[in-house]
Amino acid sequence: MTHLIIFLFFGALCLAGAVNLLVQRHPINSALSLVVVMGSLAVEYLLLGAEFVAAVQVIVYAGAVMVLFVFVIMLLNAGEEVRTKGSRVAMLFGIPGMLVGSALVGWVLIERTGSQTVAAGALPGAPRTIGWLLFHNFLLPFEVTSILVLIAIMGAVVLASHPDTDSGKKKS
Amino acid sequence: MPQNYVPIFIFIAFIGILIPVTLLAAKLVRPDNPSKSKLMPYECGIDPVDSSRGRYTVRYYIVAILFVVFDVETIFLFPWAVQFKALGVFGLIEMLIFLLILVVGYIWIWKKGALEWV
Repeated sequence: MTHLIIFLFFGALCLAGAVNLLVQRHPINSALSLVVVMGSLAVEYLLLGAEFVAAVQVIVYAGAVMVLFVFVIMLLNAGEEVRTKGSRVAMLFGIPGMLVGSALVGWVLIERTGSQTVAAGALPGAPRTIGWLLFHNFLLPFEVTSILVLIAIMGAVVLASHPDTDSGKKKS
Repeated sequence: MPQNYVPIFIFIAFIGILIPVTLLAAKLVRPDNPSKSKLMPYECGIDPVDSSRGRYTVRYYIVAILFVVFDVETIFLFPWAVQFKALGVFGLIEMLIFLLILVVGYIWIWKKGALEWV
């Protein structure tokens, strides 16, 4: 019972953070709302028994990715958002569209699974299990991930480095 | 199991209560007498010349994205480390290949001079 109460509380907190993210006009306020969303999602993962994913959510998303977002906001020097006619039209069509879309997803989920639920901890979630699966069943995807990460490193440095200092022969 | 995390929840809840209470207590106790020069941003006694909301250099972006990348790398080390004994030499070789590919990237950015803050 307390499990359900905590789940619903953090689900509501997550949704409130997401709505606040959209409503806020200053990018920094939106970014801080996103931290709330990430944090409450981490608690939801924890309640579902996905301990490792919860830790990753906090360390990578609420930590590193948010630092990246804030740096991008600083970099662009983004100020207050100005409401335009275009965004009002988007709101007019976007909100009904979103409602229809989420209702559709919900209907499909209920239709397919009915009232079946998964007990907390029934699915692999502990770091020990993840480690075993990652290094046995999903070995190739794991190694491919390192290539993906390598591409991310190179892409960032190529995109963000200045053409003048790009010679590669610069000594100290 | 979520039950093991109850101490952490209690800890977070305690902090969540402690911070507002401390700030509120400080607000009630301290003398409140603001003036224009007191509210000015303090910069080693020098009057501020410009708004601090300028554009920042792109180097911060490089630092941030490299932090994300190597953070993800460390995340992958953790499930390997808890299963180290069970995985044995095979797992060690796996992880060394993974690390080797990333070290190549690290050496590349080092040579490229992206780590230098000119």
